[in-house]
Amino acid sequence: MTEARLDSLAVRADVPILARPSASGRPLVYLDSAATSQKPMPVLDAMDDYYRAANANVHRGVYALAAEATERFEQGRADVARFVGSRPEGTVFAKNATEAVNLVAYAWGLRHLTAGDVVVVTEMEHHSNIVPWQIVAGLTGARVEFVPVVDDGVLDLAVLRDLLATEPVKMVAVVHVSNVLGTINPVADITRMARDAGARSLVDASQSVPHMPVSLAATGADAMVFTGHKMLGPTGIGVLAADPAWLDGLEPFLGGGEMISDVRREGSTWADLPHKFEAGTPPIAEAVGLGAAVRYLEGLGMDAVRAHEVELTTRLLAVLGGVEDATVYGPRDPARRGSPVSFSLPDLHPHDIAQLVDREGVCVRAGHHCAKPLMRALGVPATTRASTYVYNTADDVDALGAALASARAFMGRV
Amino acid sequence: MGGIEDLYQEMILSHYRAPRNRGTLTNPTVSVTQNNPMCGDEIQVDVLLDDDGRIVELAHSGQGCSISQSAASMMSEKVMGTTRDEAQHLIEVFRRMMHGDDPPADVDLGDSEALAGVARFPARVKCALLPWMALKDALQSVGTTKETPHGQ
Ligand SMILES: Cc1ncc(COP(=O)(O)O)c(C=O)c1O
Repeated sequence: MTEARLDSLAVRADVPILARPSASGRPLVYLDSAATSQKPMPVLDAMDDYYRAANANVHRGVYALAAEATERFEQGRADVARFVGSRPEGTVFAKNATEAVNLVAYAWGLRHLTAGDVVVVTEMEHHSNIVPWQIVAGLTGARVEFVPVVDDGVLDLAVLRDLLATEPVKMVAVVHVSNVLGTINPVADITRMARDAGARSLVDASQSVPHMPVSLAATGADAMVFTGHKMLGPTGIGVLAADPAWLDGLEPFLGGGEMISDVRREGSTWADLPHKFEAGTPPIAEAVGLGAAVRYLEGLGMDAVRAHEVELTTRLLAVLGGVEDATVYGPRDPARRGSPVSFSLPDLHPHDIAQLVDREGVCVRAGHHCAKPLMRALGVPATTRASTYVYNTADDVDALGAALASARAFMGRV
Repeated sequence: MGGIEDLYQEMILSHYRAPRNRGTLTNPTVSVTQNNPMCGDEIQVDVLLDDDGRIVELAHSGQGCSISQSAASMMSEKVMGTTRDEAQHLIEVFRRMMHGDDPPADVDLGDSEALAGVARFPARVKCALLPWMALKDALQSVGTTKETPHGQ
């Protein structure tokens, strides 16, 4: 391979929080990037510099400072659009991925679903790609159907095919990489099946865009959503990337300032894309930070980011494979999965695992991971999840293995 | 934040390894399920009351961590034989202990006092409260039937 390898120690040196000790005084071993990522200096600096040197409200100012703020904000949008191959006017900033799904559910679903229509989601969706559809289905009389998870954590596409053939499906909303199982779903095939059946599609790319090369075109989706804080960027910003021609035909989601063309007593008209969907003062510093995050990731190279992830995931699966009686969920083959790896131990509840490994500075998440339908399908109330990112090393993964062994010893087994 | 030994005291681990009164009742006066929305854990508490409103049997079942499971076990021992009013008072004392208040001198929570350290682990307070809140629900749901019409 000629491609540059990712130097995770160099990345680590860019991320100040990783230099702080954990609450127990041990070095921090952060294995919860699927929940949120840590932030490198270029992102922190860009946001800090924006507030120190260029802060003003955007789009409404005549003075030069406001123009500069607007320029930095729109540069963030341009960076994000380039990163995922969307058009800037089809790149809408929301508060997070959750709000971006709600935007589509309300702006499109509320007006285009009618009684008896079907929205298809999957059993492995995050609640953010289930609940908005349930709410809008409740308002329109539509139904939400679930594609089941089978075998080692993959979707049963035969059920999807069947639903598309027999039901009036209007939307297929599917996660690209599961935040619990790590499964990489064949979204291009799924969105093609949806389109062939006359349905729209939405891809939740919250766990894929940060970790691997992803373009809107390659997913084939009408709409793709992701969230800034999982990709080295700040909280408070998410993205809807979509075909502008489709978005242009939709009515707004939220109303207020910024999103109008004209407001009269008898009614209002809407601003052009993407502003039509960005009511109120947008997350300006956050867009600046997200732009910096995207440039940082581009600097690493997304192929190298993915290769590093496969390497660490291979090791993580091996470490967990060596833990007696551990059940590991999701695909066995690291090439078919992203970084989240969920597991359970028969003798230790996830809460106790996460609490006990925290003693050694290891941060993992325990719970239902906002995927309760999936937990029910797996037959567990909760799992423990470890997830890696660009700043993690093989040592971090090994530290989890060691911490699991001492957690067991502490609780009186072994 | 306290040390891990404050959380996982030997008393707690012993109830976790050998929970008392675990299971279900065949003829409960009331059966209540509570879940912890944070983690998905679920607990079922079955209570059998006698005609005087005294807890004569209590069983707990479901899945949970060492804290919620041991809390259920310790609670079941403590409230067995108490009247509804007494149990409700214990629930309140336990709830306050989870917010950092020591139990009053004249109230004995029994083994449950080993859970006092949980107050320093905010993420785990809900775990310890889970069985107690289930019991509270259970007693409230039968409350109205036993009250005199003027009782409320
Ligand atoms: C797959 C997936 N979708 C959506 C979300 C929601 O992200 P946010 O909470 O930033 O809206 C998450 C993260 O929690 C996720 O993992």
